[in-house]
Amino acid sequence: MIVINIAGVVLIGLIIWWFWLYKPTQIAVCEGDLLVTVENGSYSPTHITLASNTPATLRFLRKDASPCAEIVMIPELDIDRTLPLNETISIDLPALESGEYPFHCQMQMYRGLLSVE
Amino acid sequence: MTNSINEPAILNLPSQQLLIEGASCASCVNKIEAALSRVNGVEKAEMNLAQRTVSVDGSATTQSLIDAIRRVGYDAQSLKDKSDDDVLDEKDLADRAYYRRLMRDTFIALGLGVPLMIYGLFIGEMTVSTTPERIAWLVVGILTFVVMATSGRHFYIGGWKSILSHTANMDTLIMLGTGAAWIYSMVVVFVPALLPEMARHVYFEATAMIIGLINLGLALEVKARGRTSEAIKRLIGLQAKTARIVRDDKEIDIAIEDVLVDDLVRIRPGDKIPVDGIVVEGRTAMDESMLTGEPMPIEKSIGDSVATGTLNKTGSILFRATRVGKDTALAQIIYMVKHAQNSKPPIGRLADVIAGYFVPTIMIIAIVSGLIWLNIGPEPTIAFAVVSATTVLIIACPCALGLATPMSVMVGVGKAAEAGVLIRNGEALQTASKITAMVLDKTGTITLGAPKVTDVVLANAKSDEALLQMAASLESVSEHPLALAIVETAEERGVTLAKVENFNAIAGHGIEGVVDGKHLYFGNERLMRAQGIEIDAFLDKAQSLASEAKTPMFMAADGVLAGIIAVADPIKDDSISAIKRLQDNGLRVIMLTGDNRATAAAVAKKVGITEFYAEVLPQDKTDKIVALQMENEIVGMSGDGINDAPALAMANVGFAIGTGTDVAIESADVTLMRGSLHGLADAIAVSKATLRNVKQNLFGAFIYNAAGVPVAAGILYPFFGLLLSPIIAGAAMAFSSLTVVMNANRLRFFDAKNN
Repeated sequence: MIVINIAGVVLIGLIIWWFWLYKPTQIAVCEGDLLVTVENGSYSPTHITLASNTPATLRFLRKDASPCAEIVMIPELDIDRTLPLNETISIDLPALESGEYPFHCQMQMYRGLLSVE
Repeated sequence: MTNSINEPAILNLPSQQLLIEGASCASCVNKIEAALSRVNGVEKAEMNLAQRTVSVDGSATTQSLIDAIRRVGYDAQSLKDKSDDDVLDEKDLADRAYYRRLMRDTFIALGLGVPLMIYGLFIGEMTVSTTPERIAWLVVGILTFVVMATSGRHFYIGGWKSILSHTANMDTLIMLGTGAAWIYSMVVVFVPALLPEMARHVYFEATAMIIGLINLGLALEVKARGRTSEAIKRLIGLQAKTARIVRDDKEIDIAIEDVLVDDLVRIRPGDKIPVDGIVVEGRTAMDESMLTGEPMPIEKSIGDSVATGTLNKTGSILFRATRVGKDTALAQIIYMVKHAQNSKPPIGRLADVIAGYFVPTIMIIAIVSGLIWLNIGPEPTIAFAVVSATTVLIIACPCALGLATPMSVMVGVGKAAEAGVLIRNGEALQTASKITAMVLDKTGTITLGAPKVTDVVLANAKSDEALLQMAASLESVSEHPLALAIVETAEERGVTLAKVENFNAIAGHGIEGVVDGKHLYFGNERLMRAQGIEIDAFLDKAQSLASEAKTPMFMAADGVLAGIIAVADPIKDDSISAIKRLQDNGLRVIMLTGDNRATAAAVAKKVGITEFYAEVLPQDKTDKIVALQMENEIVGMSGDGINDAPALAMANVGFAIGTGTDVAIESADVTLMRGSLHGLADAIAVSKATLRNVKQNLFGAFIYNAAGVPVAAGILYPFFGLLLSPIIAGAAMAFSSLTVVMNANRLRFFDAKNN
C-alpha cells in the first residue's frame, strides 16, 4: 500500500516537472525559414528559437483534420492564420526583439513557443 | 463597340506558375516542357529546375497543365493565390471527409460498446471467475483493442505526441482514461489472482463506449462548427466568378483573378459587380444591402464608385476597375471579419490561462482521487480507485472551456457584419457591450452632411447673386463642408466665380480673403464681433434662422455687413428613431457640433437630444470625451472617421460612420458601412448578445468542470453512495463541448433590429 502511495506521489511530481517545470533542450533553430507540421494534436517542432532582429518565415503544414488545428495564432504579434488541410502556409515574421512569443490554436490545446534570442 | 458574346478569353493573359514535384534532372525539364507545350492553348512553357517551378504563357487552364504533368510521371500544384472561394470549398470537403471518418469510428466503437453494455446491464455479470469466462473476456479484450487501434487511434497518437512535446490536451486525457480501464480489465483477465475477488470486474465496455461517444461528439461538433462560419461564407459568396471586360473593342468573359486595374467592365441588369471601380458610362441603381445593410437601392451614374459584390438592379453600365483581387472593399471586409472572428475579448483570457494548466491538473486530481479511494475507500478499493481515476480523466473537458469564447465571437462578429457593422476585434466587441454614453457628431452623423442654401438675406449687398458671388468665390478655395453647398447654389444661379487672394481660414470662426479688390470676412457671429462689424440690426433675423435648425453665416465686405446666407443640413430620415432606440437602451446621448448654439439647439430638439455642446472646436471634441470618462462613463463616439479621428481614438469605442461601401477600415473600433445611426444600436445590441453568450458558455464550461470532476472523483459517494460510471462521464464530456457550439449557434438567430 505504501509503495502504491509513494508511486502516486512520484507520478504527481513527474507530471509537474514534465509539463510545467521542464525546460526543453531539443529546440529547432529557425534560420530564415522553418517548416512546422501540425499533426496528431501538436506542433512539430514545438520549441523554436530565432535570432533577434532578423526577419524569418515560419511555414505551417497542417496534416491534422481536427477543426481545432485550423487556426494558428501568435497573439503577441497579432498574427492569426487559417491553415487549410495539407497545405503550406507561410507566416512572415518581422525582425523581433528578444523574448518569448507563444503560438497556439484558438483554444490553446495545440501549443508551441517561439524564443527570440 | 461590338458585342461578341462568349468569345474565349485569349488576350493578354498573365503567365501561370506551377510548382513541380518529383523532378530532379535536366532530362525531366525537357520532358515537362514538351508535355506542357502540347497542351491546347499553351504558347510557351519554361521550367526552372533550381526552384522546381514552371512558368506557362497562354490560355490553358491550370488543371489541364497539371494533368499533362501528371501524365508524364510528375506532380504539380498551382502557385497562384487561391481565392477565398476555393479555400472555402476545400475546407468544406476536408470537413466532410473528417466527419465521415469520425462517424465511421463512432459506429465501430459503439458496435462493440453497446452490446457489451446491454449484456452488463441486463444479461450477465462483467466479472471473471471461471476459465471459460476468462477466455470469453480475453476475446472481448482483443476486440476492444482493435477498436482502440482503429476508432481510437487518433486519440492515442495525439495524446502520446502531445505528452512527448510537454503539452497535454484532450487526447491525453482520453488516452489515459480509456487506457487505464483497458489495462485494468486485461489484468483481471490474465492474472485475476492479483486482485481480490470483488474487484475482478472488466471495463471493456467503458473503453469502447467512451471512444464511440467522444467520436460522436466530435462529429456533431464539426457539423455545428460549420454553421458558425455562415456569415463569412455569405460574404465570400458575394464574389462573382467571372467579369465581362472590354478589350480591343471586344467584350470577353474572363476569370475575376485575371481582371487588371483600369480594365473596363460591362455590367448588365442583374449582374454582380466583380471588382471595385468607377462608372464611366450609363446609369443604374445598385443594391448594396449585402454589404451595408441599407435596403434602398443606390443611384449610380458617371463618376460614382461601385463596390464588389453589390448587385446591379436596372441599367447597364460600363465601369473602370480601380481595385481588384485582395484590394477590393469586399476582400478587405472579409479579411477584417475573419481577423476579428479569431480575436478574443478580454473576458476570455481567464479561460485561456486555465486551459494552459488544465490537463496536467486533471491528471493530478485523477491520481489523488485514486489514492484516496485506495486508502480510505470501501472494498474493493482497487476497483473503486480505477473507476474514479478513469472517470475524472474522462469527464474533464478542456475543450468546452477553450471553445466557449471563440465560438460566440465567431458567430457574433459575423452577425454584426451581416447588419453592415464591422467590429475590429474582440476587445471592441466587449467594450461596445458596456457603453453608457454615446457622443454623436452632428454634421454627417445625425444630419446628411450635404447642406443646402436655404435663405439669402441682403444687408448692403446689391442682389442675391452679388452676395452669392462673394461667398461662393471665397468658399471655392475652402474645404469646409458648408462651402460646397454655397458654391453649388451659386453655380445653379449662373453666378461666375471670381479670383480669391490672400485666403485665410480662421478656425472656429470662418474665412477671409480679397475678391474683386474687396476684403471679405465670411463666417459666424463671433467672427463679425472679432472684426468689429456692426450686425445688431440683423441679429433677430439670424436667430430666427438658427431656431429653424439653419446655420446663418455673415458676409462682411470692407468692414460692412453685406448680408446673411443660411445653410441647412437635413437630418437623416431615421436619426430620430435611432437616437430614441439608444436612449431606450439606457444610454446617455450627447451631441457635439462646431455649429452655433441656436442651430445646435434646434437640431437637438428635433431629434430628441437634451444634452448637447455647440461651437465645439475640432480639437476640443477630445476634451469632451475625456470629461465624460472622468464622470465614469464608458463613452462611444461616432463620427465620419476623418475629422473626428482623435476623438474616435480617445473614446472607449470609436464608431466610424462609413459613406456607403467606402469603408474606413483602419480608423475605428467599429465601422458602420451605412450612414444610419441605427448601426450604433445594432452594434451595441449584437455586442451585448455576444457577450451574454460568451458568459453563458464560460459559466457552463466552468460549472461543468467544477462540478463534474469532484462528482467523478466520488465526492457524493459518502453521502448518497453515488459514483459515476465512466460511460456517463464519456457521454457528458462529448456533449459538453457540443453544447457550447450549439449555444454559440443560437446567436445566428439574433435579430439586432428588434433588440
